[in-house]
Amino acid sequence: MKISKEEVQNIAKLARLEIAEDKMELFSRQLSQILEYMELLSEVDTTDVEPLYSPIEHMTPYREDEVIREYSRKEVLSNAPEDDGKYFIVPKVVN
Amino acid sequence: MEIYRLSAIDIKEGILKGDFKVKEVVEAYLKRIEETEKKIDALLFVNSEQALKQAEEMDKKGPDPEKKLWGVPVVVKDVLTTRDIKTTCASKMLENFVPFYDSEVVKRLKESGAIIIAKSNMDEFAMGSSTENSAFKITKNPWDLTRVPGGSSGGSAASTAAYQCPVSIGTDTGGSIRQPAAFCGVVGLKPTYGRVSRFGLIAYGSSLDQAGPITRSAKDAALVLSVIAGKDPKDSTSSSEPVPDYLALIDNFKDLKGVKIALPKEYWEYELDKDIDKKSKEFFELLKSLGAELVSISLPHTKYAVATYYIIVMAEASSNLARYDGVRYGYRAKDVKELIKMYTKSRSEGFGFEVQRRIILGTYVLSAGYYDAYYKKAAQVRRLIRDDFLSAFNSCDVILTPVSPILPFRLKEKIEDPLQMYLADIFSCGLNLSGLPGLSFPIGLGEREKLPVGVQFIAPPFKEEVLLGIYNKVEKELTPLPEPYGLVS
Repeated sequence: MKISKEEVQNIAKLARLEIAEDKMELFSRQLSQILEYMELLSEVDTTDVEPLYSPIEHMTPYREDEVIREYSRKEVLSNAPEDDGKYFIVPKVVN
Repeated sequence: MEIYRLSAIDIKEGILKGDFKVKEVVEAYLKRIEETEKKIDALLFVNSEQALKQAEEMDKKGPDPEKKLWGVPVVVKDVLTTRDIKTTCASKMLENFVPFYDSEVVKRLKESGAIIIAKSNMDEFAMGSSTENSAFKITKNPWDLTRVPGGSSGGSAASTAAYQCPVSIGTDTGGSIRQPAAFCGVVGLKPTYGRVSRFGLIAYGSSLDQAGPITRSAKDAALVLSVIAGKDPKDSTSSSEPVPDYLALIDNFKDLKGVKIALPKEYWEYELDKDIDKKSKEFFELLKSLGAELVSISLPHTKYAVATYYIIVMAEASSNLARYDGVRYGYRAKDVKELIKMYTKSRSEGFGFEVQRRIILGTYVLSAGYYDAYYKKAAQVRRLIRDDFLSAFNSCDVILTPVSPILPFRLKEKIEDPLQMYLADIFSCGLNLSGLPGLSFPIGLGEREKLPVGVQFIAPPFKEEVLLGIYNKVEKELTPLPEPYGLVS
């Protein structure tokens, strides 16, 4: 196996996900298969090849730093699972 | 002819000439949706009320010839935000998400007089090739209701094929416009990266995603592209390259004399379904008879495209989907008292299996110790793949390839084997890695299976008019497809 259940568990934790115990076996097997397939790239000689992260290689252009009021607070909060009309509310973080 | 069978161009002209009203057009499509939707399940939301209201207002005002899509109903994939209309990405995560802004694509469609008639089904967050990863429904292929429509824009492609609309909008990250278009026997255009604004296109792979039209003709695709293309200050990767009048330009292709069409051997020597192979060879003969010159080329890094693509897209997905934390929008798990637990529960309950798989793999390839071996390596191979294409264009006008090695497969046939599903993207994802435009179109029905066979033209960056122009010429020589068999009662 390319990736163990423990590793999957760790990575999942980093991504803030938890995989149900009964799905774990299948999940790590599939992940291993996929990662093994990706090993294919190791046969390509990429010495001195500059990575291409985006097809657009021009510099990201700057724009004027202007204040524009595009959306109201009410709109921005409109999809919040919990809010008090002013702020997003999350479970208590400090005691 | 019944209104719902008309092209977008004919609908607009019919309204301008006074042959029918916008309201009649909208009613015709709503009726057609009602008749066909129970068979194909292509749509997540039908915007009947607003569409009718908008049609009445437009009829009161009278037609505006300046507006390129006046009165044309458009189905939009549910990954593009629509103001005051739920936008779910076919995910439980966004089941109740009602955006307060339009995506730039939708804004431009509306400004040109188009009517958003429905939102279409898709693979959750555009991750999939069969539309089976939707959290809400399974879309069927209009040609055979036991088969998939392709994905991830399967709802849009099936909808256009079933005449629920003249035009739909899809998005394409690794083939998600072109493969479902091929599976459903319609025309799908993936524009050059940067041609169409991604503002309001809910992000999956930001260096790959592009929205584009799914239509039943080259001309409709040209018309819609001329509406949605162009620089948008809200998307810094959108290009300021001028937007030509595609519709006027494609008429310049009077014949195919002197047009050089390249056939990459790595694609055509791949194991193809027999129907695809046979139809394509007939199509080569047609191209030659129209005066085109067919040349063989090599794109040597083709076999690495799938591995490269999935490393990059999963990495980008893991980063993009970090925003779903149950705080500002989207699903939040109930009764969790601790913050990290709230994030974890919300994400684990809100995302489907395939989405979680891709986030975890993406997190893995970006993690310390693996970054260089996977992500950086893939980005390097990505450049080699793009260089293959760019140097090929020194000796040809367009490249012609299959869209998929396989025909539409049966529902549930491949969903248990993700790697097999990924491998079928071999012909479509290289183009996204390279940022190139591609046009998928039907060349007929296969002899054995009687299912649509599609091929694609690929052009250099910002040469959409070449793709559309050549296909517009060829389209007239191909036998039109019959009514999709799954809809014939």
